[in-house]
Amino acid sequence: MHNPLSQPGGRRVVRRVAALGAAAALVVGLTAACGGSSGSSSKTALGPDDTLKITTFSDFGYDKLVDQWNADPKHPFLVKQTKIADWDPWKQTLTSDLQAGTGLPDIVAIEGDSMPEFLATGASDQFVDLKDPSLANRWLEYKYQAGQTADGKQIGYPTDAGPEAFCYNADLFKKAGFPSDRDQVAKIFSTWDSYFDYGVKFERAVPGAKWIDDSVSVGQAMLNQTKYPFQTADNKVNVDNNELRTVFNTVAKYAPTLSTGAQQGTPDWTRDMADNKVATMPCPGWMFANIKAAAPHSTGWDIADAFPGGGGNWGGSFLAVPQQSKHQAEAKRFANWLTDKDQQVAAFKAAGNYPANLASEQVLAAQNATDSYFHGAPTSKILANRAKAVDPKLPYKGDKYAEVLGLFKSAIQRVDEGKSADESWRLFLQAVAGLS
Amino acid sequence: MIDNTPASVGTAAGAVPAETAPPVRPRLTFRQRLSLLDTKLSPYVYVLPFFVVFLIIGLYPLGYSAYLSFFSWPRFGVAHGPGVGWANYSHVLHDPIFRKALVNTLGIFVISSVPQIIIATIVAALLNTELRGRTWWRMSVLSPFVVAPAATALIFGSLFADQSGLVNGALHGLGLSGVDWHANRPASWLAIATMVNWRWTGYNALILLAAMQAIPNELYEAASLDGAGRVRQFLSITVPSIRPTLLFVIVTSTIGGLHIFTEPRLFDTNLQHQGGANYEFQTLTMYVFNTANSSTDPYPRAAAATWIEVLLIIAVSLGSFLLTRAAQRRSS
Repeated sequence: MHNPLSQPGGRRVVRRVAALGAAAALVVGLTAACGGSSGSSSKTALGPDDTLKITTFSDFGYDKLVDQWNADPKHPFLVKQTKIADWDPWKQTLTSDLQAGTGLPDIVAIEGDSMPEFLATGASDQFVDLKDPSLANRWLEYKYQAGQTADGKQIGYPTDAGPEAFCYNADLFKKAGFPSDRDQVAKIFSTWDSYFDYGVKFERAVPGAKWIDDSVSVGQAMLNQTKYPFQTADNKVNVDNNELRTVFNTVAKYAPTLSTGAQQGTPDWTRDMADNKVATMPCPGWMFANIKAAAPHSTGWDIADAFPGGGGNWGGSFLAVPQQSKHQAEAKRFANWLTDKDQQVAAFKAAGNYPANLASEQVLAAQNATDSYFHGAPTSKILANRAKAVDPKLPYKGDKYAEVLGLFKSAIQRVDEGKSADESWRLFLQAVAGLS
Repeated sequence: MIDNTPASVGTAAGAVPAETAPPVRPRLTFRQRLSLLDTKLSPYVYVLPFFVVFLIIGLYPLGYSAYLSFFSWPRFGVAHGPGVGWANYSHVLHDPIFRKALVNTLGIFVISSVPQIIIATIVAALLNTELRGRTWWRMSVLSPFVVAPAATALIFGSLFADQSGLVNGALHGLGLSGVDWHANRPASWLAIATMVNWRWTGYNALILLAAMQAIPNELYEAASLDGAGRVRQFLSITVPSIRPTLLFVIVTSTIGGLHIFTEPRLFDTNLQHQGGANYEFQTLTMYVFNTANSSTDPYPRAAAATWIEVLLIIAVSLGSFLLTRAAQRRSS
């Protein structure tokens, strides 16, 4: 160590001033860079060495497809995919970058239940209209419409769909003396009344096990068969209606006796699954992997080609192009390619997301894939049938659908945790009132 | 070594004019002037980067959120809308969920910070004795702090699981009934406070230990000659001697405790991240976060809630500062 004052300080000061200047230049440069990028909104064409950016969440099964596109010597441009672990954090980034008017990639993935809020006035203006008459019949009708605004602007191309079947534990069905064969159980799942009646019988026959894994998913399935659960056609919030109250009361009536009371994905739920204590659960295609992961050693699970009260859809996402993209034509072209027949079949095989693309569904049904974990159930045939059962007009999803749905799920969770139905409903109404 | 040089320069400059005629000042060469400038300015230049960064990422957002809290800003709007006066503050203060979050935050704060500091002081006093393998003990006290909060939350999430958790298993083993750790309000606070204490007690203990090591040994020797036992020594010598550090620890843990977010958020089994299906353990910071993602005026309302939280933290920190000081004055 030396004393700084023992030597002349002149050169040191010069050096310091220089360093400070460099730091200042850096700060100025950074701010300039931030401000500069949003300047022009002109659209520039991409060359073969330029990169188009796409952001997805969770796993869309696109890794190999992007590699395949980039490896093709004739590719018109390169593609770079960013994957975010979950929808929640990506939704926050997406929302704030939409407002900022900058920062988003050329293609963004949007989760199905949240789609209505991006279709609302104000948000939908920030997206490119992807309408293409030649693609009108490419997807499941209900999924295609779910990517459309009220005035017919196509914001999103559907990627996958979540048509729901019912998964059941055949071992527990046998214990209860119920039919356990895939075709015979279909009548148990024909209506909600029959579903709950069998549930009551089941609890008497097999104490210790539960008929429903999580009341919330049953409540959500019933809700999806109503017409105007949360908002009327003119987007006025109206949750105190008979349809919704009936759904809530039905679930609340059976939750204390038929449900495990645990939430999907929690340690309690995983243990109930692993211990073979769950008899049935609503099952979109992506749920198959969750069951296998939670109950790897269970031998009872099977899939019924039936769903009470008609059909139901749970999940399924969209690809959209924000207005702030400078390469909208290329983005539209790539989104079109990704959601085409062969690509969606490949994505299904990579990640298990059941395609919303009708031609892909036919390919899969023709291949007649079966799943040995589910006793050789013909998964793709069942899901294709279940997709046909979904009523494209139900339910009406207004701009606040995702938020009210969250509050409704919490209301059911409260009942599952032992709160009284009336108290929980009162809190739900109060929370919905707080949204405005 | 830097400290005494400006002083010597100062006295030299001050002493010379006193002896000779006032207008005659010793002429400093250019180099000497630079050198003087160096000693006077360098410290500021060294700390400048922090303040520049703080200005950009700390003070600016603080000021802007205060500004924003008086406007409307529809979701997905590109710029903020017209001013609305105190409407955002009034909405937040009338929101029953905000009130719940306020009570939750204070509740978790009290049952985490208070025992945490008491235990940390005792642990520090124990570590300050002649233990075998002292370094090992001291390091192991810090080990929970090394574990990432997310991992902590995972571990405690399964310990406090409502049906299959280890804690409820132990309670059942004792013939007691299990506790709904997520649905029972005080129980959920206790579970979260346990998580916080597990993580922060050792950290605070080490800070207090450092202060204890600066206490001169003679004091203890004199006390033991006078016949004071260990406990008496701890209360009459150790605690008063570490007062400034204790104040620091109390104020920082007050601020940290009122900010709490990660633990309750990751403890949550509610998929909407409400802090329990009935908001049993939603904290103020969670409220701010959720509000910023809600449908009506998300940012201005979140900004208003943030400012209420900031004022609360300042008030509570100041309160605990004054309270501690008064208590210690009285005892000494």
